[in-house]
Amino acid sequence: MFYFAPWRIVLTSLICLAGVIFSIPNLFSRAQLDSLPDWLPTQQINFGLDLRGGSHLMLEVDMETVIKERLESQVDAVRGALRAKQIGYTNLGVEAGMVRVDIRDAAKREEALREIRALAAPVSGAGMFVGAVRDIDVTAEAGGRIQVALTAEALAERKRHAIAQSIEIIRRRIDEAGTRDPTIQRQGEDRILVQLPGEQNPDRVKRLIGKTAKMVFRLVDPTATPEDIASGRAPAGSEILESDGRRADGSAEQHYAVRKRIMVAGDTLVDAQPTFQQGMPVVSFRFDSAGARRFGDATKENVGKPFAIVLDDRVISAPVIREPILGGSGIISGSFTVESARDLAVLLRAGALPAPLRVIEERTVGPSLGSDSIAAGRFAGAIALVLVVGYMIATYRLFGVLATLALGINMALIIGALSLLQMTLTLPGIAGIVLTIGMAVDASVLIFERIREETRAGKTPIAAMDAGFARAFATIFDSNITTFFAAAILFAMGSGPVRGFAVTLGLGLITSVYTAVEVTRLIMVFWYRRTRPRLLPV
Amino acid sequence: MARFTLIKENTNIDFVGKRLIAFVFSILLLVVGGIAVALKGLDFGIDFTGGVMIEVQAKKAFDVAAMREKLAGLNLGEVQLQNFGGPNGLLVRVQPIGRAVDRDAAAVLRVKEALGPTLDYRRVEAVGPAISAELLRDGILATVLAVLAIAIYVWFRFEWQFGLLALVTTGYDVLATLGLFAVFDLEFNIAAVAALLTVAGYSINDTVVVFDRIRENLRKFRRDPLPRIINRSVNETLSRTIRTSSTTLLAVFALLMFGGDVILNFNAAVLCGVLIGTFSSIYVAAALLLYLPAPKALRPAAEPREGETPPKAAG
Repeated sequence: MFYFAPWRIVLTSLICLAGVIFSIPNLFSRAQLDSLPDWLPTQQINFGLDLRGGSHLMLEVDMETVIKERLESQVDAVRGALRAKQIGYTNLGVEAGMVRVDIRDAAKREEALREIRALAAPVSGAGMFVGAVRDIDVTAEAGGRIQVALTAEALAERKRHAIAQSIEIIRRRIDEAGTRDPTIQRQGEDRILVQLPGEQNPDRVKRLIGKTAKMVFRLVDPTATPEDIASGRAPAGSEILESDGRRADGSAEQHYAVRKRIMVAGDTLVDAQPTFQQGMPVVSFRFDSAGARRFGDATKENVGKPFAIVLDDRVISAPVIREPILGGSGIISGSFTVESARDLAVLLRAGALPAPLRVIEERTVGPSLGSDSIAAGRFAGAIALVLVVGYMIATYRLFGVLATLALGINMALIIGALSLLQMTLTLPGIAGIVLTIGMAVDASVLIFERIREETRAGKTPIAAMDAGFARAFATIFDSNITTFFAAAILFAMGSGPVRGFAVTLGLGLITSVYTAVEVTRLIMVFWYRRTRPRLLPV
Repeated sequence: MARFTLIKENTNIDFVGKRLIAFVFSILLLVVGGIAVALKGLDFGIDFTGGVMIEVQAKKAFDVAAMREKLAGLNLGEVQLQNFGGPNGLLVRVQPIGRAVDRDAAAVLRVKEALGPTLDYRRVEAVGPAISAELLRDGILATVLAVLAIAIYVWFRFEWQFGLLALVTTGYDVLATLGLFAVFDLEFNIAAVAALLTVAGYSINDTVVVFDRIRENLRKFRRDPLPRIINRSVNETLSRTIRTSSTTLLAVFALLMFGGDVILNFNAAVLCGVLIGTFSSIYVAAALLLYLPAPKALRPAAEPREGETPPKAAG
C-alpha cells in the first residue's frame, strides 16, 4: 500500500474535491445562488414531493371506453361499406370484443367479405414495412356471419394514441389553470402520473382532469311529456339526461328529454372565455367556419325550439333559440359560479379527452409537514453524526479521527452526487443517508480491526497496514455488494419515496466502499509518511 | 494506553457450544411473532388495503368525539379517527368499501368539506384497489427477490452451504422482523417493506463478514475441526460485528428519536431488525454450518505441514 501512483493520488483528490464543491450550494439559499456567476455549480438537491410538499396523482385511462369507441367506429365503417354496395345484412353490432354481421343473401357473401376486408388499414408505427400489419382480421363464419376483430397491433396503437392524446389535453388543462411546474408522465400501459409541486390545490386539478369534456349541442325533444321524463321513458330517438346543476343531496335538479342526434359537436369550437352577462358569470364560445355554418343552419331551422348544451351527458342549459345564430359565436349561461365558468372555459379550450380518466392514487403532502420532515431529518442526521463520530474516536482514537475525516468526505460525495445528478431526495432517502452514517464506518472498522490483528501478530506498521487493507478488501466488497442487491431491487420495484431511500442507500454503499479503500488509505499513507510511527495506535 | 472498549480483546467464547440456546431463542422469537400475526394480524396501512388517510393539524385541540360524529354522518363506511402527534393533530382513515375505483377521490373531497378549509392539511393519501394490490404484490416480490439474489451471490462467492445459510438466516431475519410488526402493532406499509429489505441487506452484510473469516480459517487451519474453526471465526470478527452494529444502532436511534412521526415505523423496524440480524449472524448463521455437509471445495485434504501459506482464493 505504500506505493500510491501519482495519478491515483490526483484522481482521488479530484473526486473528493468535486464532492465538496458540488455539495456546497446546498448550504446557501436559492436567491444567494442566483446572484453567483454562471460558471460556479449552483445545483441543489432536488427534494421529493414528500419534503417540499405537493401532490402526486396517478390517473388511469379508461381503456374499455377507448376500445368500445374504436369498435363502434368499425361498426360504422362496416355499415357504410355494405350500404354502398347495397348488400343486405342483419345483426350488425359488437359482440365479445368483435364486430359481427350476418349477410342475408348467400350470393353476396363473397362480395361482402371482400368489401369488409378492404376496410383494413395499415397500423402506423407497427413495423418497418408499411402495410405489413393491418388493423383488422376479417373471418367468415358459418351461416353467412362475418366477424371483424381488431389485431393486437391495432389495439396497442389505439391505446398508445389514447394515452398520448390524454397527456396532451391534461397538459393544456393544467397549464391553463395556472399550475406551476407540473410533471405529466406516462406510466405503464394505461396510466398517467401528474405531479404538482408546492402549495397547490389538488382538488381543483382533480376536478379539471376528472371531466371528459365532450360538449355537444342537441335539440330538446318537445314530444316528451313531463310524465315520460319523470318515469325515465324517452320517445324513440331521444334519451333522458340529467341537468348539471345539483341539489344539496347530490341528485339532479332537472331532467330533459334530448334528441340523440348531434346538432353540432364541440370539437368545432376554437375559443371559449369566461365572461359576465347581466352580472352573472357565463362562458362565451366561438366556432370554426365549418362549425359556424352548421350551427347557423341548425338554429335557422329550429327558431322557437329549445336546444340543449350537453357536457359529458349532462345538460348545462337548455335555452330556446330566439333567432338564427349566424356569427359563429354564442354564450352558455347556466348556474355558474365565477370559478366554474372559468373551469368550463378551460375545459372547452383544451378539448375533450379521448376517454374518461380516474384518479386511482393521490398523495398530497402539505408544505408544513414537508419542512418539518426536512428539519427532523437534518437534526436526526446531526445527532447520528455526533454519536457515531464520538464512538469511533473513543474506540479507535487517532484512527477514529481518520475515519471521521473519511466519513465527512463520504457525506460530501453523497450530497454532491445527489446535487449533480439531480436525483430526488425523499424523507426515507434522508433515513438512508443517516443509516449510511452508521454503516459507512463499517468498512473502516473492518480495515482497522485487520490492522490491529496483524499488529498483534507481530507485524511492522507498514506490513500490518498493507495486510489490513489487502485482506479487508474482499470482505468489504462481498458484504457491501449483497446489501447493494437489496437496494437495487428496492429501486427497481419501489416508487416515489421508497425509491428515494433505495437511491441514497445504494449511493451510500458505493461512496462508503470508495472512501474506505481509496480515501482512508490515502489519508493513512500521508499520515504514516509524516509521522513514521514505530507502533500503530490501534 | 487507556482506551474505551466494549469488547475484551482476544475473546474466546464458545458460541458453537451454546448454539442450542441460541436456536431455541430464535425459534421462540419467530413463534411469538407468528402467533401475534395469527391472532392480531398485521396492521396493514392504506398502501396495501386501499382507502383514504388524511392528517390534519389545528390551532387548538381536537374534539375527537365530535369529529367522529360529524364524519359518521357522511356515510363513508368505516372511518377511524385518532390524535396524531399531540392533541392538535388528527389522523382520519377511511376504509375502502367494495372495489369502486374513484370512490376514494370523492371521499377525500367530502372529508375535507366536513373538516373545513381552515385546517392545515399535512397529508392526504388515497389509494385505489388496483394500486394497493400492485403495491402488495411488488412488496412481496421485492423482498423474496432480494433474499434470493443475496443467497445466490453468496453461493457463487463461497459454496452452496453458505448460500443456503444466507437464504435461511436472511429469510429468518425478515420474518422475525415482520412478526415484531404484529407484536408491537406497527403499521405495515410501503416504508415497512423498505425496512425489511434494509434489514435483509444489513444482516447479510454481517453474516458475510463471518463467512468470509470461516473461509479464510478453513484454509489456514486445515486440521482443526469445524466447531473450532467456527468459534475462532466468530470470535475474531466479534469486535467488528459489535462495533458496526453499535454505530448503526446509534444512527438508527437518532432517527427513531428525532426523525419525526412519518417514518417512525420504518425506524423502529430497522432498529429491531438490526438487533435480530446481529444476533443471528453471531449465534445462528455459522453454527448451522455444522448441520450441513462439510464445505469440501474450500478445504483441500489436510496436508501434514503446518503454517504454510494459504492458497489464493478462487474467484
